[in-house]
Parts: sequence; structure tokens; C-alpha cells
Amino acid sequence: MKRMQTEILVIGGGATGTGVAWDAALRGFRTVLVEKRDLTHGTTGRYHGLLHSGARYVLKDPDSAVECISENRILRRTHTHCIEDTSGFFVVTPEDEDDYPDRFAAACRRLDVPCTEIPAASALRREPLLNPRISRVFELPDAAADSFLAAHATAQAARQAGATLLPYHELTRLHLSGGDGNRTLSGATILDTVSGEELHIDADLVINAAGAWSGHVAALADVEVKMILGKGVMLATNARLTNTVINRCKMPGDGDILVPIHTVTVIGTTDERVAEPEDLPIEQWEIDLMLTEGDKLVPGLSRTRILRAWAGVRPLYQETQLPGRPAQSENRAQSSKYPATKLPQDSRDATRALALLDHQQRDGLRGFITITGGKWTTFRLMAESAVDAACEQLGVSRPCRTADTPVPGVEQGHYWLGHRLNEVEDENLQSELVCECELVTRSMLEGAVQRNPTVTLDDLRRDVRLGMGPCQGGFCTYRAVGILHQLRAGNASSAAGEWNVAHMQSPAHHHRDSPTPEQQATASEPASVPTPQGDFRQRSAAVDPQAAVSQPNLLLRDFLQERWKGVAPILWGQQLRQERLDELIYLSILNADHLPVDDGESPLSSFYRSDSSISDLDR
Amino acid sequence: MQNTTVNSVGLSLNACIKCNICTSYCPVSEVTDSFPGPKYAAPQSERFRDFGHPYYEDDSGPISRPLAAGRMPDASVDYCSGCRVCNEVCPTGVRIAEINARARARIVAARGLSLRNRLLGRNELLGRMGSVAPGLANFALHNPLSRKLAASLFGVAEKAPLPRWHRETLNRWLARTRAQRLRSERKVIYFHGCATQYYEPFVGMAAILVLEHLGYEVIVPPQNCCGLPMLSNGEFGAAESYHRRNVARLAQYVNAGYPILGTSTSCTLTLKEEAPELLDLESDAGTRALKLATWDVFEWLRERLDQDQLPSDLRPLKQSDQPFILPYHAPCQLRAHRIGKPALDLLARIPNLDLRESQARCCGIAGTYGYKTEKYQIAMDVGRELFDYVASQANESDSDSRGPVSFTACDSETCRWQLEHGTGLPSRHPIELLAAAYGLYDLQARRPAGGN
Repeated sequence: MKRMQTEILVIGGGATGTGVAWDAALRGFRTVLVEKRDLTHGTTGRYHGLLHSGARYVLKDPDSAVECISENRILRRTHTHCIEDTSGFFVVTPEDEDDYPDRFAAACRRLDVPCTEIPAASALRREPLLNPRISRVFELPDAAADSFLAAHATAQAARQAGATLLPYHELTRLHLSGGDGNRTLSGATILDTVSGEELHIDADLVINAAGAWSGHVAALADVEVKMILGKGVMLATNARLTNTVINRCKMPGDGDILVPIHTVTVIGTTDERVAEPEDLPIEQWEIDLMLTEGDKLVPGLSRTRILRAWAGVRPLYQETQLPGRPAQSENRAQSSKYPATKLPQDSRDATRALALLDHQQRDGLRGFITITGGKWTTFRLMAESAVDAACEQLGVSRPCRTADTPVPGVEQGHYWLGHRLNEVEDENLQSELVCECELVTRSMLEGAVQRNPTVTLDDLRRDVRLGMGPCQGGFCTYRAVGILHQLRAGNASSAAGEWNVAHMQSPAHHHRDSPTPEQQATASEPASVPTPQGDFRQRSAAVDPQAAVSQPNLLLRDFLQERWKGVAPILWGQQLRQERLDELIYLSILNADHLPVDDGESPLSSFYRSDSSISDLDR
Repeated sequence: MQNTTVNSVGLSLNACIKCNICTSYCPVSEVTDSFPGPKYAAPQSERFRDFGHPYYEDDSGPISRPLAAGRMPDASVDYCSGCRVCNEVCPTGVRIAEINARARARIVAARGLSLRNRLLGRNELLGRMGSVAPGLANFALHNPLSRKLAASLFGVAEKAPLPRWHRETLNRWLARTRAQRLRSERKVIYFHGCATQYYEPFVGMAAILVLEHLGYEVIVPPQNCCGLPMLSNGEFGAAESYHRRNVARLAQYVNAGYPILGTSTSCTLTLKEEAPELLDLESDAGTRALKLATWDVFEWLRERLDQDQLPSDLRPLKQSDQPFILPYHAPCQLRAHRIGKPALDLLARIPNLDLRESQARCCGIAGTYGYKTEKYQIAMDVGRELFDYVASQANESDSDSRGPVSFTACDSETCRWQLEHGTGLPSRHPIELLAAAYGLYDLQARRPAGGN
């Protein structure tokens, strides 16, 4: 068994975990992060992409609102290029309560959330598809956030500060020592899910940032953390319907947010209490509810093309049981309309504020901290709280620096909808496109492969948006697999030396004139904590594609299965027509369901199959 | 304010299934790398543009928006010629050419319009100015020095086939021959378009003579440019005011139930479809009524044919045993009407006429496209398919000695000019051929039979 030694071990590679690793490394702690799948595979990669102004929670959850607006201001500085400055409207539709808007505006003022009422006509000029019957509109500094890019940028900042990040490394055991009153957590056993090897990590302190999986991680330390898991279903439209984030100006409910994120609009969300963070079925009524509610914001939305549905799980936490107060009247109305699958405690009512559990104080277990609850918007603050608590347990005083430390790439400024098209046009990269829908060039793909272990093409999707457009992988899957096959064979041109996480969304990244400061910084990164196999994400071209890229046929099958999973729940109309063409390509022309597969299962094969309610491609 | 809904032109991109059939048919992307193809430019790129804002206007919003700052993501869309071959072949009904036209309008709105494109959009004004003194105007425009100057100063292609002003406009001919015009209870309205008014009044004469031969009184009310040249050059605001003037000027005839007939397929397409769609005027009552009243002249004549109302006194065009070989090209603008090729149905009644139907996608000129210096060669390369087709008909006729090809036929004026430019053969509007077959028109001299 391989061994490593570190000061802080972070469990979970989502926004919170990468944030904790970044914060801890900046404070000078030797830090290792383990994530059982790819970075952002969990809730971070499955949320609607809203950078909250906090306005949504000013009446329902003021603590969370205050956290949101403060972090909103900070992230615009530290993660500028991961944010599109869309602005946000809170609109009053004919169905919304009369007195809520005034109470809302007053609460925004009270909590210092900048809120300007603008004429409805002006809002309709800016967003012509909005419901023309809206009566009032408030504008707030909501924005859209690319949570994939943000986590990668944070991760790169963490690596530059010396942290080691290990994706596809799953926690299997936490090492406890001592008896009652002196229990201590001293390390963990980690399974490398690609190689199957075990890794033993000794750590002074373990920070549980596993989000919806936090309860499971805590259980390995014999500590009870009762998470309130709220499943949220989201839909993406084929193209943007608005360029502004749209919220209903009412008590937060289901299907009352539209977020323009890159090329699509995301409609979110439901909030259903679930027992487990995986195997999330998407029910027909949830789709119907999103469409019905979406129509109230953009009439006709339900008849536009829907690309995909997916579900994420909010890791909510409340230390004490909520008093048995009745649910909001509108929520109850919804509950009665649909099958009563809700558990008594409605996750919609759980606070969105962050929850820091110092298990030394709470459970008498030294060396263990859980950070959970919160929002994507507050991930940096969550990390700060967790590392503050870690300092206290470790008896050191080191101030947090993340609020004033931009991550690599901020010099690009806010991203904007047209940025990829603009670069493709400027550099004449039209013939280089692998994924035509999302304008992913061959060199973007090759760079991502050589930077990251590619267990599935889904990993590349999160890196560069491969397959996220209208054809849902119909035309790019076979191209990408071909390119990866060439990389495995070692005869492809290498773009790795010039590729940079900070510019992974940039088609023209390798046409940039000179290395940017952080590219140079990357090149001269200090050698970090020695690890058994080295941090394969540490240096350019450190990934051996022949070892890191899975068997091509398996890549193809896994990705088709993964894309199918999100398309199956919305299979009607225009997307059905698309899927029929995709089916002809893969099943009729390429005979993809009878491909020889050398190693039949990837670590994710079963995951892609698990919660598809309709029979899968392997029929 | 725009009347935009989720069903508007832009959102027809939702129908795209990425099959690339449009790209494989596009005549422009086949001959130049400057245009990456219809799918790339329309349904694909549109997702990266400022969606839902047909013409972006800055307003008092507190956030400075990318497009307000002139940050247009792409420029290659300007190389779309607007021929609509993509629309024709798209299996799922994406309004590709219209999405491109709108994208170009947004570029113009953000960056302004070149003087050249503004001029090319103003063919009504140019026509009117030149027709004050046609001889002088023709001399001023058509001498090699002015063409060189126009090319270097404005970017108007030196060799492109510019029309010549006719010595008499259609309106003046109508005034001069008023006494001879037919009065009848049965009336139709003639929409002549700018080219017929100023450059080719004989096409209008042929149409009027044929319609009168059928027993219809032809009313030619005051009218304006349909606005298409402005739409093609991204000048939507000006196009809208021209369109609204036409709606107002023609309203009384539309309301009286008279059909509006046109010989210019692009003008009629604009009244029927392009202006209502691109300008988001489909719910405007006047626009709708005009749209429903407008016909391509052959579309209307075909109805008469179907109802046995067509006089049968059609004579061969040439006193000879040999068939008269006529290559016919249905222009893109006509195909966009989705009415078949009605001119062929009528011309087929002319005895001893050997019609040869071109399957070429486009002549290349696409309205004002081929007049632009940077696009002239693209237009000629696109047209090569058609020019070669015409040449092959001539060769064939030589080999079996049935007589040379003396004319080509095409319904659209700029296409005829391009055809003449590319083949060296005279080109005629099918209505001229029909009028000649009725003995009403001199096909060679392009004037009414008997010298009127």
C-alpha cells in the first residue's frame, strides 16, 4: 500500500472541496484533496449556474441572503472569468402575491442587497420573450456562473499554492484512534478507482466537504451528520430564452428561476427530499411542473426545444429539527396536486446558510471538521469557515487570503455568450471544430485530455463542454473517440505544453501570443508534496495518454449512455427527431451496441445506467 | 418594440438536428472559405449571439451589455448571399437565410452601414435619379473610368452587370399609351418593382399586354421599393418604412379584393414573406392582407390556365421547323415562394418550344451580393454551374444541328443580368416570351408589337 503524509486532507472535489484545498494551501498547510470521481461530478456540476445576489432569500432565509451578497461581490473579483455578468430580474407575474414585492424591496434595502425597480416596459425591451403581463420588475446583481470552470480555476490556484488534488480517488475508511474523550482522526484509506490501488494518507486533520455525501463520510468516523437532501430537477433549453437571470418575485418555490448559462437557459428547480444522493429518478410530474412554471415567465417555453433534464442534490443541513410549522401554502398546494412523495420535513424550508460542524466540540472527535449546507455562491466562505476551524483545532493562527486572491484566468474578464464564436471567427478555427454545437476545437480537447485523466468523455464534457449542445453528442462523440484513440496510440500532435486550465473554455488558447503570467507560474510551480505517482495534473503533459485514456470503444459507449440518460426524460418533439438521427448514426451505421469492448466496465458505466427510467442503449 | 415570441424566426434554430444537409448544398460555402456554411452561420452561431434581440437597442438598463458595446461575435455571416438554397433543402424547416439576415442586421445596427451598401439598398432612389436623364446617367455610370472609380471608391465590382436606364420609365409609357389601355370590370393590380420601372419597362409592358389579352384591366398604382435590397444589406429600419408605405398605398386595392401581381419574384417574395417575417410584422393587419393578396404573375396565370381561362392563341416564337431551344432557370427567389415553377406550366403551352430546365442552385448574384467587389468572384464561381448548363445546351443543339440557343429565360431581373454576363446570351423574363407567343410583343427588340 502506498502512503502519503499531509496536514489537511479534504474529502470531496466540488466547489466546496476545491475551495477548502485552495484556502488551506494559501494558508501554508500541506493539503491533499481526494474526489471519488471527476472534479465537479456531484452537485457542483449539476446545479443551474446561478450566482445569487441573495435577493431570493431576503425574506425566507436572511442569513443566507447576507452570505450570498457578500460572496457575490467577492467572487466577481476572484473568479471573474467564471462569471457572466447577466444581471437579474425579479418579476411579478399576475399569479404572484400583492404584498410580497414591497416586502421584498424593503428587505433588500435592510440587508444591503442592491435592488432597483425598473419599468416593466424597459425590462420587456431587454427581454422580449418575457411574459408581457408582468407588472413590476426589480433588477439585482444576480449572474450566471460556470461552476465547472470555477472549480477547475480554484483547483489550479490550489495546486499553484502547493496542494495535491486526486480525482478518481475514493475514500473507503477513516482511521480513528483513542478512546472516549480522546478520540482522534488520524488519516484515511483511499482507493484509486482507475488503477484499483489503495493509498494510505496520514493527516493531521480531515475536512469533510463531500456535500450531499457528507453524511456517508461522517458515518465512516462514527459521527452522525443528518443531511437534508433536496433533489432538484432542472431542464435546459436548446438556446437562450433570456440574457438576464429571471426570478419570480415571490417566496422561493419550484420552477421559478431561469438562468442563461452559456448557450442555454436552465429552468430550475424542484425540491424533493430524498434519502440518498445517488440514483435520482426524474419523474414526469417534475418535468411537467418545470414547464408549467416556466411558461409563466416565458410564455411558450413549454413548447420550445428542451435539450436535457438532470437532477442534483442540495446538501442542506439543519442542526436541530425544524419545529413542526406548516409548509408554505403554495408548496402545500403543489404537494396535494402531486403524489405525496414528500417526507414530512420539506427541504424547501431548510436553511441555505452554511453549516460548519466542528466535531471536536460537537462529538468529541479531534481532527475532523464537516463543512456543508450553503450555496455554490458561498463556497469560498464555506471554505474560509472550515479552514478557520481547522486552524483553531491545530492551534495555529493564519488569516484567510482567498477573498483577495484572484484565481488564474481572471484577466480575461467576465465571459460572455459570444466569446467562443468570437475566437473561432478571429482565428479562423471553423475547420478545427470537433463539437460543432458548443464550438470545441480539437486542440481544446487534446489539451484537456493531456491535463486530466480521461476515464470517460464526460470528464471532457465538464472541461470543455463537449457534447452539451443540441445534438447531445450525436456528431462529436465518434470524433472525440477517434482523437483520443490517436492520443492513446501516441501519434497525435501535442498541444499540452500550451494548454492551461484558465483558458480551457477558449478555442483560441493556443493562438495567444505569449504565455500569460499564470501560464508561466504553472510552468514554474514548486514541486509539491511528493506523492506515490506524482500529481498527474501538476504539470503540462504529465498525463500519459496511453495510460490515462480508457479503451476507445468503452469511452464511446459510456458517453452515449451518459447523454442518453439526460435525454430520455424529455424525449418528444424536436429533441426526439434529433435523437432519432443520433440513433441512426450510432446504432445503424456504427453498430455501437455490438462493439467489442476489451474491458467492459469503466468506474462510471454502472452510474450512467443506474437511474435511467427508460431502457438503455444496450438493448 | 419587437413582437418577438418563442415561435419567431430566430427560434426556428430549435428545429436544427445538425445534419449538415444545408452545408452540403450551399453554393457559396462550396466556392469560398469566407463563408463557413449555413448551419454554422445560422442555427449554430445564433446560439452564441445575443439571442432574442432582433435589433438590439441600448436602453437605460444599468448593465452595459456586450452588444451595446459593439461586441459582435462574428462577421462571416455577411458572406451568406441570402439565396435560400439552405431553406429549400432543410429537412426540419429552419429559417436559415432569415436567421442570417437578422444577424447581419444586428451587425449593421451595432457597427453601422457602409456607403456602398447604403447605395445598393437604394435602387429606387438611384433609378429615379438616373431616369431624369437616362442617356447621361448611362454614360456617367457605364464608362470604364467611372466603373474603376466606383470600384475603388465604393467597392462596387468593376465587371458586375449593372443595368442601364431605359429612355422611358414604365409610368411614362403608361401615361403615353393611356388611351390604348383596356378598361374592364375585371381588374388586377400590377406591382412592377424598381427594375421594371427604371431599367426594364418592357417587362412590365409585356405583363400588361398579356393581362389585357386575358381581359383584365391593369391598375398600376403609385408604389415603392419593396425594401428587399435594404433587408439584404441589414438596414431593417429603412426597409420597414418602405414596406409600411407600400402597405398604405396598396391598402385600398387589397381591401377591394384585387390581386397584386408582380413580375419580380424577389419583390413579390418580400411582400409575401420576407418583410413580414424579418421585420416581425406578421401580426400587422395591413401586412397580412397584402401578403395574402400578392401573387407572382405566373402563379396567378397558372390559376387561369387551370380554370381554362387562358386564351389559346399561342404561336411558335420562331417561324421554323426546328424547335426553339430555351434554357430556363428558376431563380432562388422564385423557389422560395414554394409554388413550383409556374412559368414552365405556361411556357409549355407555346408550340414548338423546347424548354430546358436548369437544376443549378443559384446564378450567384443574389440581389446586390455579386455587385460587391469582395464578393464578385464568389458570385461568378457560384454561377458557373448555371453558365455551364446553358453552354452545354448550346453545344448539344450544335451537335444535332437543331439551331443555336438564342435566349435564356429567368424570372428575376438581377439573375437575368448575371446570366447575360456569365453566358453572353440575352436573357428574357418568361412573361416576355408569353407576350411574344400571343403576338403582342417583339422579343428581339423588347417592345410591344407594332412599335408602341
